[in-house]
Amino acid sequence: MADRRRNWGLLAEFQNPARLLEAAQAVRERGYTKFETWSPFPIHGMDDAMGLKGSRLGWIVLAGGLTGLTTGLTLQWWAGTMAYPLVIGGKPLFAWEFALPVTFELSVLLSAFGAVFGMFALNRMPKPFHPLDRVKRFKKVTDDAFFLSIEAGDPKFDLEESRKLLESLGGTGIVVVEE
Amino acid sequence: MATVSRDDTIFPPPLVAGDPTFGSITDTICRIVEKPPTIPWLVAFGAASTVLTMLLCAIAYLFWEGTGIWGLNNPVGWGWAIVNFVFWVGIGHAGTLISAVLFLFRQKWRTAINRFAEAMTIFAVICALVFPGIHVGRIWAAYWMLPLPNQMGMWPNFRSPLLWDVFAVSTYFTVSLLFWYVGLIPDLATLRDRAKGKLAFWAYGFFSLGWRGANRHWQNYERAYLILAGLATPLVLSVHTIVSFDFAVSVIPGWHTTIFPPYFVAGAIFSGFAMVLTLAVPSRKLFGLQDFITVRHIENMNKIILVTGTMVGYAYAMEFFIAWYSASPYEAFAFVNRAFGPYAWAYWIMVSCNVITPQLFWFKKIRTNIVLTFILSIFVNIGMWFERFVITMSLHRDFLPSSWDYFSPTLFDWAMLIGSFGLFFTLFILFLKFLPAVAIAEVKGVLPQANPHWEGYHKHAEGGAHHG
Repeated sequence: MADRRRNWGLLAEFQNPARLLEAAQAVRERGYTKFETWSPFPIHGMDDAMGLKGSRLGWIVLAGGLTGLTTGLTLQWWAGTMAYPLVIGGKPLFAWEFALPVTFELSVLLSAFGAVFGMFALNRMPKPFHPLDRVKRFKKVTDDAFFLSIEAGDPKFDLEESRKLLESLGGTGIVVVEE
Repeated sequence: MATVSRDDTIFPPPLVAGDPTFGSITDTICRIVEKPPTIPWLVAFGAASTVLTMLLCAIAYLFWEGTGIWGLNNPVGWGWAIVNFVFWVGIGHAGTLISAVLFLFRQKWRTAINRFAEAMTIFAVICALVFPGIHVGRIWAAYWMLPLPNQMGMWPNFRSPLLWDVFAVSTYFTVSLLFWYVGLIPDLATLRDRAKGKLAFWAYGFFSLGWRGANRHWQNYERAYLILAGLATPLVLSVHTIVSFDFAVSVIPGWHTTIFPPYFVAGAIFSGFAMVLTLAVPSRKLFGLQDFITVRHIENMNKIILVTGTMVGYAYAMEFFIAWYSASPYEAFAFVNRAFGPYAWAYWIMVSCNVITPQLFWFKKIRTNIVLTFILSIFVNIGMWFERFVITMSLHRDFLPSSWDYFSPTLFDWAMLIGSFGLFFTLFILFLKFLPAVAIAEVKGVLPQANPHWEGYHKHAEGGAHHG
């Protein structure tokens, strides 16, 4: 322990989704905030157990959709009446009825961009490296293993105390992860 | 579980057969990707890519020579290009239905087939996009379809349904691709974490964007997936509605009908599910996925084919009724000519494949028979291609009898129709080899032991009865 590299935090493995859920609940009740659970699939009820607020993604999607809506209407109105007016069968140069299909498609398209790229942004993806990649066993997280990590940056974090807590909750293979 | 009893409706059979663990699911599906290509795979890939080469050669000659190499003539200005386009777009719709609509309805059985069906959607839409792309004649002007600023100061006519179609189909392709990719991210991460070679590690690592299964990530991910499903549902309905506008907005007898949008959507779902079955039945056998794509999945899909097939049959009857009821002589002629004119052979192929075939699925014995399902699914594919052919061929006897003519396909029409299957199967075969054919993370999520409140965790204090 002489050479002290900075600690990123602690990582513990749990046996199954039920144990992980209980552990997350307990860690939260102890007042930790900078902790995370890692699982091969989303676990029902984990957001509540960790005390997370709902995803903010919907607002990004709404912004995308409104941008698409305005772009669609403006593009068709401007192109048809200002930039290149075409008189065809005496029909009006612009009417909202015929503008609906293109407006709808553009709204959907930009909403979808908002959903996907907004999700990447909220998740800070792509993230090619993470301190947890140093832990060999952590590779199993995309297969059948369940982990809980507590970051050293958490105000409640204390190497010995936190380790004991994880142990008491049934965590196995507890390791200190270097930054 | 072998005998079908009434209990099945109260206690449905498990979604994944064979008592799997999380680890066994990862193994079964990843092994398909990880093992070296098998001989049947290589043969299939060789055959498909040869047919694809034929398509590319035919397209090259089309660019050189022009659309005169097709069988188009004066009344029949729209030929197989639009038939193939509508056919392929329709095929794509089942994929979106499975991935989006069934997701919103919380139909968990979809997880086994959704990856598969979404891949089919994307490849079918690629095939569809080829035809409007190449049919323009002056290929160097193809970009006029898009509202791009140009030195001529020209803009497209936004009142044209053909332009709506450009927006609809390109949006559909983009959104389907994004939806598919989002679904793939956790599974690509699984392949990354199992990768033995450097190339696989880097390739899967690059596309999985550093996914590690953090719960905060799953939260946003699930929200994104839900929103995309919510967007894709009205989108898929709008796409085939707008495709039907290509016909319905024009003032041509037999096309100018309000039944077209719902009837096209039902037909699209009908043909799409048939194509899913055509692909799934041999693939599950070839890759040993019988535990994932079970008879229950096949039966459910056959039920959807029965429902949508009946809707299509109803639409055929209603078209005839309205043609008579409208008292428009041109409308009546168009339909009588379809059923008894020079293209009667095509009309009756369509009716037998699309109206009669699906009715066989009233019988549970036929619904659960895998060989029969495969054969009948091919009948539906053929019937739905003929439906679009019959509709398009309404053109051959227009308002002026002196200009009536008969459309016959040329060698190049055939090369492009068959070649488009080469494109589709080349992409599909590559997909089966390089990407997980079943959504690994989603299937794990529907196992009973994925639920933290599963009774098994409470019965045994030690928990994790299935933990591998």
